[in-house]
Amino acid sequence: METIEKFRLDTRDWLIANCPESQRQPIIKDQQIWGGRRRSFYCEDAKLWFERMRDRGWTAPSWPTQYGGGGMSSEQAKILDQEMKALGCRPALYDIGLWMFGPALLEYGTEEQKQEHIPKIVRGEIRWAQGYSEPSAGSDLASLKTRAEDKGDHFLVNGTKMWTTQGDKSDWIFCLVRTDNDAPKQQGISFLLIDMATEGVLARPMELINGDLEFCQTFFDDVKVPKNNLVGKLNEGWSVAKALLKYERNMMSIMSSIVEKEEGDIVAIAKHYVGLDSSGKLANNSLRSQLTEHLMRAQGDALNALRLYQQHKSGVVDGGLGLTLKYLSTSEQQHKDELLLAIMGNRGLSWHDPIFSKSEKKTVKNWAYNKAHTIAGGTSEIQLNIIAKKALQLPS
Amino acid sequence: MSMVLNEEQRLLQDTIDDFLSSNAPIEQLRHLRDSHDEKGYSIDLWQQLTDLGIPSILMPEEFGGFGFGFKGLGAVMQQMGRNLTASPLFSTVVLGASTIELGGTESQQKALLPSISAGQLTLALAVDETHHHQPLNSATSLLDQDGQLIITGKKVFVLDGHSADKLVVVARSSGNTGDPEGLSLVLVDSDAAGVQIDRTKYMDGRNAANIIFNNVLVSHDQVIGDLGKARTILQKVLDRGVIAMSAEMLGGCQEVFDRTLQYLCDREQFGVKIGTFQALQHRAALMFCQIERSKSAVLSALASIDENSSDSSLQASLAKTLINDCYQHVSNEAIQMHGGMGITDELDIGLFLKRARVSMQILGDSDFHKNRYAELNGY
Ligand SMILES: Cc1cc2nc3c(=O)[nH]c(=O)nc-3n(C[C@H](O)[C@H](O)[C@H](O)COP(=O)(O)OP(=O)(O)OC[C@H]3O[C@@H](n4cnc5c(N)ncnc54)[C@H](O)[C@@H]3O)c2cc1C
Repeated sequence: METIEKFRLDTRDWLIANCPESQRQPIIKDQQIWGGRRRSFYCEDAKLWFERMRDRGWTAPSWPTQYGGGGMSSEQAKILDQEMKALGCRPALYDIGLWMFGPALLEYGTEEQKQEHIPKIVRGEIRWAQGYSEPSAGSDLASLKTRAEDKGDHFLVNGTKMWTTQGDKSDWIFCLVRTDNDAPKQQGISFLLIDMATEGVLARPMELINGDLEFCQTFFDDVKVPKNNLVGKLNEGWSVAKALLKYERNMMSIMSSIVEKEEGDIVAIAKHYVGLDSSGKLANNSLRSQLTEHLMRAQGDALNALRLYQQHKSGVVDGGLGLTLKYLSTSEQQHKDELLLAIMGNRGLSWHDPIFSKSEKKTVKNWAYNKAHTIAGGTSEIQLNIIAKKALQLPS
Repeated sequence: MSMVLNEEQRLLQDTIDDFLSSNAPIEQLRHLRDSHDEKGYSIDLWQQLTDLGIPSILMPEEFGGFGFGFKGLGAVMQQMGRNLTASPLFSTVVLGASTIELGGTESQQKALLPSISAGQLTLALAVDETHHHQPLNSATSLLDQDGQLIITGKKVFVLDGHSADKLVVVARSSGNTGDPEGLSLVLVDSDAAGVQIDRTKYMDGRNAANIIFNNVLVSHDQVIGDLGKARTILQKVLDRGVIAMSAEMLGGCQEVFDRTLQYLCDREQFGVKIGTFQALQHRAALMFCQIERSKSAVLSALASIDENSSDSSLQASLAKTLINDCYQHVSNEAIQMHGGMGITDELDIGLFLKRARVSMQILGDSDFHKNRYAELNGY
């Protein structure tokens, strides 16, 4: 206990000494530091903060030190996270490799693959994209058609991936590809790593309802991929993908907590737009009630996540709890977005016109964007299917 | 806020689970209800529970307590919720004994706590005066006349007020209705002159009472805490009550949900188990999500009492609101998914529905607690 308390104090001291003041402001989307070959920093402080964290391996606190990670226990990593949150430190690095692909590679990759890819993720040198979904394979992912043919010394890849998040800004992509056309659909799939600089790869952005161009359709046209880029065994990519899915769900909750900070305190926002009556209550009774309901549900969700963490720590985990988190937190984010629009009234109707403030525009843009939360990473309906089967054991 | 139970608390939960399912099954509640039992709970069962030491769970160690803490009590309340156990635990111990423990003098504690632990004394908290919980709206007056205290007024829906030996009465010695200051807590014997008690039977088989105090004389040593300064103690007692009731509701809600899941796995229509229908699977999954969220709030609130946390009031209101809404929803869905059988008295599902509605009102419905949560958050 004493050593863990000391760890907390040392961590706090280090953060205070090393995190520049400007990196302790609530994070803004445009200022997130994503890694990769085309990495850039919007200011010197951000670069400094990133480099300091990177050099300690604290961009990936719980990964083994031999691959450049921080080598922390899960308890220590949680403490680092708590201390960073308490001081308001921004995450030093954002990357799908960090949140999703890396943990899965540590679990399934060969020693050679880990040595090649993990340090570059920790150091923010390579930015990863996820190549799962296809135009006709969404929730029914296993019906995917992108093919990788065995050509002796390499695979030849042909097909199209959809929804590649930041595909045009990424360096490598981890893909699910079909390697056996005759096997039952989940058994003919392999997990393949592809350098997006290879000839024949093209990522083309699609415009979203909020005007963003974050997602690409990625085309593979006779792309040659070295054989040792296969993770796990041939035709056994589905199990790697499933392992990765649990990290993806974690990522979704990380993402929603990041968005949270952008909006600021919803109580303060409500007071600003709605005002208080003479007794100090929010002037609109219905909004006051909706706000309370939202805050209560959100607090309940936070306690759910905390309980899951405590269960893991105590070693007694009840299976169903973890399955509820994605459904609950993503739905609640959307309730909150709708409530923000209701609170703002006509000031919450555009991100185009200069009469609206920066934060108004941002809130409305987020409202539109966050519709994706209940779709990406397994739709809400799919989450409910999983809960019904896995947690409740309902018959099929 | 640790939401997981320690070894002893888990053991307690298992013990009480075994005990209640064999000694206090739901048929016992049916029997009490149908025989119009005078007390509304089984005296034998209460004696057995006291033999097990249940009323001492919360008591300080010098009064025979075991130090299971509020989380331990929560485990017991959950099992009582699952078995729909009627007992004086809530009124006598959670509300009554807490008042004495938190606010009583040493001699009051010595005089009362041991007999509560032994199952020889039951209490009821007389607080509300209208059909919505509003503790500060107490108008029942407390006059100091030549060293004698006189209580005059009327309390309604006093839980277990028909059977309690003593009443803990919230009365006002100064200030106007709604003022948080000026309230006192006073012990009154149920059979004292001027006390008129009328039993109210609720639809869930439990009982309350409407009580009139007509110039009831009490001495100063029956006041718990300082005269006119009950605010803090009352607040703490009510928070404890809210949280303990939330734990009972959580147990009931989980039980009615489990029974419904079982029905989805058993009942066949169209040649398949009805649990294969996605429309029902999704509704079941939604209930599960809601239950897990409420459960976290309840467990955290229980822990907040043990950890003497400064935000217990917030946590109490959070837990009660979430579980109120959850139990209401789940009990309705349970009826619907049982089809026609769900609305017969033959199945127990309806008993949970009724208990849900009664407990939703106990110490504050969701509107009350949402309003309090908003006030505590400064809007
Ligand atoms: C913002 C965003 C980012 C994404 N990022 C990536 C990425 O980086 N890489 C990647 O590979 N993919 C990504 N995706 C794709 C994502 O995984 C898919 O959108 C998702 O799996 C759903 O597939 P779909 O869009 O084809 O919808 P569909 O599967 O066509 O679903 C349409 C509707 O039908 C419902 N439905 C489908 N099947 C069932 C069922 N069995 N029971 C009940 N209802 C059902 C769905 O819930 C949904 O409401 C991203 C998506 C979004 C929105």
